Amino acid sequence: MGRYVARRLLQMIPVFFGTTLLIFLMVYSLPGDPVAGLFGDKGASPSTLAELRHKYGLDQHILKQYWDYITGIVLHFDFGTQFRNDRPVTEVLGDAFPVTIQLAALAFAFELVFGIGLGIIAGLRAGRLADNAILIFTLLIISIPVFVLGFIIKMVFAFQLGWIQPNVSNDQLLSEMIAPAIVLGGLSLAYVARLTRTSMAENLRADYMRTAVAKGLPKRRIIGVHLMRNSMIPVITFLGTDIGALMGGAVVTEGLFNVKGVGGLIYESITRREGSTLVGLVTVLVVVYLVTSLLIDLLYAVLDPRIRYA
Amino acid sequence: MRGAKSAKWVAGAIIVALAATACGGGNDGKGDSAGGKVDPNGIFSVELGEPEKPLLTGDTMESNGSAVMAGLFSTLVDYKADGSLEMINAESVTSTDSKLWTVKLKKGWTFHDGTPVTAKSYVDAWNWNANIENAQGLASWFADIKGFEKVHPEEEGAKPTAKTLEGLKVVDESTLTIELSKAVPYFAHKLAYIVFAPLPESFYKDPAAGGQKPVGNGPYKFKSWDHKKQIEVVRYDDYKGPNKAKNGGVIFKNYTTLEAAYEDLKSGNVDVLRQIAPKDLPVYRQDLGDRAVDQAYSAIQTIAVAFYADQWKKPKTVDPRVVQGLSMAIDRATITKTVLNGTREPATGWVAKGVLGYQPNAVEVTKFDPAKAKELIKAGGGVPNNKISIQYNADGGHKEWVEAVCNSITQATSVECVGDGKPDFQADLTARKEKQVKSLYRSGWVLDYPVNANFISDLFRTGAGGNQGDFSNKELDAKIAAADSAKTLEESVKAYQAVEKDLVNYMPSIPLWYYKVNAGYSENVSGVAYGQDGDPILTGVEVKQK
Repeated sequence: MGRYVARRLLQMIPVFFGTTLLIFLMVYSLPGDPVAGLFGDKGASPSTLAELRHKYGLDQHILKQYWDYITGIVLHFDFGTQFRNDRPVTEVLGDAFPVTIQLAALAFAFELVFGIGLGIIAGLRAGRLADNAILIFTLLIISIPVFVLGFIIKMVFAFQLGWIQPNVSNDQLLSEMIAPAIVLGGLSLAYVARLTRTSMAENLRADYMRTAVAKGLPKRRIIGVHLMRNSMIPVITFLGTDIGALMGGAVVTEGLFNVKGVGGLIYESITRREGSTLVGLVTVLVVVYLVTSLLIDLLYAVLDPRIRYA
Repeated sequence: MRGAKSAKWVAGAIIVALAATACGGGNDGKGDSAGGKVDPNGIFSVELGEPEKPLLTGDTMESNGSAVMAGLFSTLVDYKADGSLEMINAESVTSTDSKLWTVKLKKGWTFHDGTPVTAKSYVDAWNWNANIENAQGLASWFADIKGFEKVHPEEEGAKPTAKTLEGLKVVDESTLTIELSKAVPYFAHKLAYIVFAPLPESFYKDPAAGGQKPVGNGPYKFKSWDHKKQIEVVRYDDYKGPNKAKNGGVIFKNYTTLEAAYEDLKSGNVDVLRQIAPKDLPVYRQDLGDRAVDQAYSAIQTIAVAFYADQWKKPKTVDPRVVQGLSMAIDRATITKTVLNGTREPATGWVAKGVLGYQPNAVEVTKFDPAKAKELIKAGGGVPNNKISIQYNADGGHKEWVEAVCNSITQATSVECVGDGKPDFQADLTARKEKQVKSLYRSGWVLDYPVNANFISDLFRTGAGGNQGDFSNKELDAKIAAADSAKTLEESVKAYQAVEKDLVNYMPSIPLWYYKVNAGYSENVSGVAYGQDGDPILTGVEVKQK
């Protein structure tokens, strides 16, 4: 087990360098000059542009730029500075990540509790009324685009009923995050419910279930331990990859609810050609993906006794 | 049973849909609930994006930073709605030959840190901003001043040979003289721009800190900047200028989208908006009643001709009559009303409203006349290949009107026209700079100083900063030079008015429409007005008592 974890951790190193280099090259190859973009229609003298390019190291060869950037990260934990406002990227990331983690955690808890809950109900009553109702509900959520769902929630709860503020304020209170978290987690909730329902309904007919019933075990134990443990494997796989998606892919939700998190920052960095910010963001997200996928693999062994890591 | 269930769902969906559409008319009432008493120390909030750059006087050129800087710094002069000058920090700005200018300062002014504002504060600040080593984006504003090329050489990599501008001299504590390299009759108007603001001694010790916590001489004092969340400024009580703040301070709130800001305005979380999102434009007048703002400001949208493109120069340079024809084929009135939701006003010349020398209905070529358009294009030898394209940036909401303009041209003249969308503004600018525009491109211009010269000389002179289409004409250059060397401001403005009328014979660009401020404010505030640059005038806002 320990060796397995060590090997997986070592594998992260080439993945880390590979992804950062790829992103770096991609940003570099986008059309548009970040320095000239600062000046808009009015333009600037060539000497000013050259001076700025020199200041940000953009006059160096691309690989040299990448080398300087990576050594900065590895040796000093320095992600560089942003072109436009001279803010250190670590500070920018430090501003964006806490609120995103808050939002993602809430959304995750929401989809975990309600998704699995609905899935269990539907799975145990497969083919009956509750199952069909949940099927319609989840299909509805899957088919509604995120921004429509967001607008509906705002219209009803903020403007019609006046229960919530339409947007997240600058204090970023946890209570303000509930509405965006529901919108963000809604889609995954539906997927989790569908996955749970299918694998539960399938496993209900498995041999070991019949054995458990025949042994005369109490119903709670049959469902809670024997059925749940096995049925959770596909669900956990989905949930694990979803954490990263919740953190990095919330551009639309963040924009809708005025959350100044990672999704919006990624979008802004691309349009402004802020390579260093973008690579910093992606690096953190890559690490999140790698760590969660490792945790999921380890969880498999806990859930299914047949899986062993030497 | 199953049928009944799904019917319920359908009913539920309809209710949701109704709730969504019914939301338009919530806030129709006027602001009579607040009682109307003004709180002189009240603080109000303004929607504002995160300033792109540090708050430096020499580097703040986008609208977010400018709005904050306008409160923190006062310049020598400012201009009124008709383009005439008002003295702010200056007692007088005079010149006999438009070449040597004498500025006398009002006495007793201080920076927010308590140090006095002197002639030296101005001269040092300008020298710092002009120096190439500080790479300030607005440095070219000092180009009129004698000795600029020594402090700020044009070529890439060149080193400055002087640290100070030769033309600037401190006469005494409150007097300075500015010598220009040639006469500029409207130079005093340029002094209103933020780049000409003074800086305190403390700035030079740590310019980076100065960009994060600026110390100015304006009606508001900097308080805090919580990046991407808000910027707070409070009234400076020792302010001596005529535009003392009528409120206690301003909070600039950052929003991810204009839609979010508009919702917050409706629910009372933000007081003043600078813009309304396209989604809310059709309803905002109805939502806000007389708190909706709809006002022209000094900016213009044009379609410029890329004269370096093969289409226009081979086999011979295009006849201006062809461009005139294209211009007359555009139905501006309909497009501004429908596609643009009344947010623009058809242009009738190259100079925008609100600047000195604006003349209503300056030229005829902006009239929609399909028959004449066809005639002119034919007389000019036709459009090469009978096909044009208009380059634009797809991230700026331009796609819709570019398509409408194209349709209008094609219907009127049967010239084939397509939009050439670049993914974003950066890509669009790079294509312009590297001279890859194939035919025509979208171009916008907001005033720098309220004189018509700004809309002509800075756009169409050979080699001017805003002249990205390589338009060059010796005759026109001579006329511009003559207008620049006029003895007085009035004569210069008159000369430029003549040049504007004359531009139809060159057609360097096709004027489309003037911009309008479409904005609004909450019931909490009154006295909200917008300047020629489209930003709210902070000092005049009055906050109602709660």
